[in-house]
Amino acid sequence: MSDHVDLIIIGAGPAGMSAAIAASRQGLSIVVLDEQARPGGQIWRNVEQRRDGALSTVLGRDYAAGAELVDRFRACPADYRAEASVWHIDEGQGTGGGKVFYLKDHQARVLEGRCILLATGAQERPPAFPGWTLPGVMGIGAAQVTLKSGGQIPDGPVWIAGCGPLAYLYAMQLRRAGGTIAGFLDTTPPGRLLPNFFAFLQAMLFQPAPMLKGVAWQLALRCTVPWVPHVAALTADGGDRLKTLTYTTTGGKPVTVEAAHLLVHEGIVPGTHPTLMLGCEQAWSDAQDCFAPKLDEWGETSLPGIFVAGDAGGIAGAQAARLRGELAAVAIMRRLKPSAVAERDAVKRLRSRLSRIIAGRAFLDRYFRPREAACLPPDDTVICRCEGVTAAQIRALTTNGLGDPNMVKAFTRAGMGPCQGRQCGYGVARLTAEITGTHAATVGLYRARPPLKPITLGELAVLDKQRTEA
Amino acid sequence: MFRKIAQPAQGVTVEVDGTPVRASLGETVADLLLRQTEVGFGVNAASGRVRAPYCMMGVCFECLVEIDGRDSQACLMPVREGMRITRRMGRPEVAA
Ligand code: FES
Repeated sequence: MSDHVDLIIIGAGPAGMSAAIAASRQGLSIVVLDEQARPGGQIWRNVEQRRDGALSTVLGRDYAAGAELVDRFRACPADYRAEASVWHIDEGQGTGGGKVFYLKDHQARVLEGRCILLATGAQERPPAFPGWTLPGVMGIGAAQVTLKSGGQIPDGPVWIAGCGPLAYLYAMQLRRAGGTIAGFLDTTPPGRLLPNFFAFLQAMLFQPAPMLKGVAWQLALRCTVPWVPHVAALTADGGDRLKTLTYTTTGGKPVTVEAAHLLVHEGIVPGTHPTLMLGCEQAWSDAQDCFAPKLDEWGETSLPGIFVAGDAGGIAGAQAARLRGELAAVAIMRRLKPSAVAERDAVKRLRSRLSRIIAGRAFLDRYFRPREAACLPPDDTVICRCEGVTAAQIRALTTNGLGDPNMVKAFTRAGMGPCQGRQCGYGVARLTAEITGTHAATVGLYRARPPLKPITLGELAVLDKQRTEA
Repeated sequence: MFRKIAQPAQGVTVEVDGTPVRASLGETVADLLLRQTEVGFGVNAASGRVRAPYCMMGVCFECLVEIDGRDSQACLMPVREGMRITRRMGRPEVAA
């Protein structure tokens, strides 16, 4: 049996929740599918359960503020289905919307929607380096997730390596939580401030509060934890788990230190698997050094009735995601219910707030743009974690005349494991570009194919049964 | 290994590799396993290396464990009373 609704929203983070609240006000029938057990996305993971207490103080006010949106989302009439993992989307052959196949309670299910909104968020940019597969090495975003969801921090001194707002924010939270920072290896390359000074002023003008907060965090950290600037290369070592790490600063000699925990971060990139699989046109963003789906001013993709809101459409943060979710809801409502008119002024207000955030973003993109070495690791680096394929194996192939990630995949198995290339997509694109003398933008990412998530035959078989019974 | 910053009020009991373990309500299986002394969540089928969570948000699949008999991403699965969690630390054998 396949249900029909006006709008299917995938993802219950800031964008998905805001869109659901706005669109349900207009009486649309909505289903929201989310992979997690509770609404909030990664940014407000578990916020409902963390209203007060020690953890809420550690995580700070911006986190706690998410509870208000989650409450409004819970109260809105949209049908919210948690722990629902989408494994296929079938677009409606140009007629708008399509079918969404998902897995819930180990059963495949299908839903049909007149419009689909992908609010699937972002992921950390995988900064492949030798030893990054060792237990003990983790993304900073990942460490923050387990702080929000498990209320826990690494036991013992933590090395932090990377750059960007999330790295500084987590370091502050870790200290507030009573954790120890062994050292902060700042990977921001030297000489980034001067050429971007105009963007800095612009960001200060349009986004004064978050900018000042960021500057204050940096100063506080630089004064209180061992701070190593301009780290250019990183290696992790150990047998079955991390024991030492070696870092090299620009123009410096390698330094090896003992380490039990290493948290790394080189910014975040949109999760592109759903839009790639659908065949939505993608565009390379030079500013953010990644691909993002091409979107119109409302967030509609190149396929009619398929929208993207939030960081899945380009990184701009949670506040922008809320606004983009509301804008998409306006466009969807106009399409499905032309009788209900949205206020012009309201749309104008949304747009002006959004453009202020985007104006402030330019500085962050440029200042924290990942260094080249983070994208082109040495030969002994595992690029595809799932299949254990190294940079050397991929380089060897591309010199033999292979210039396409899908060919690299066929020959090396890189991208064929359970994560389906979500961790190695950019690495393979970069390496391919390096060897063929082109740019990752021209090389592109792997093709994404269904199922987006592994599904067993037993789970799939339920779908057929539902159909015959319908 | 990770440690809790405060002792949780409510808990559930689950089984990790046959041993009963207390977990706190609202956390995921990956959160819980990160506090166990043994570091690994399993072994990578291709390379044989010990693996542990990298992303904690459903992207990398490094957290796969068996939960109540099914392969599951531990970072997406909330703990529930009586859950049986098994880590497979050996590489899968293929019968000749
Ligand atoms: S830790 Fe990456 S999928 Fe669970």
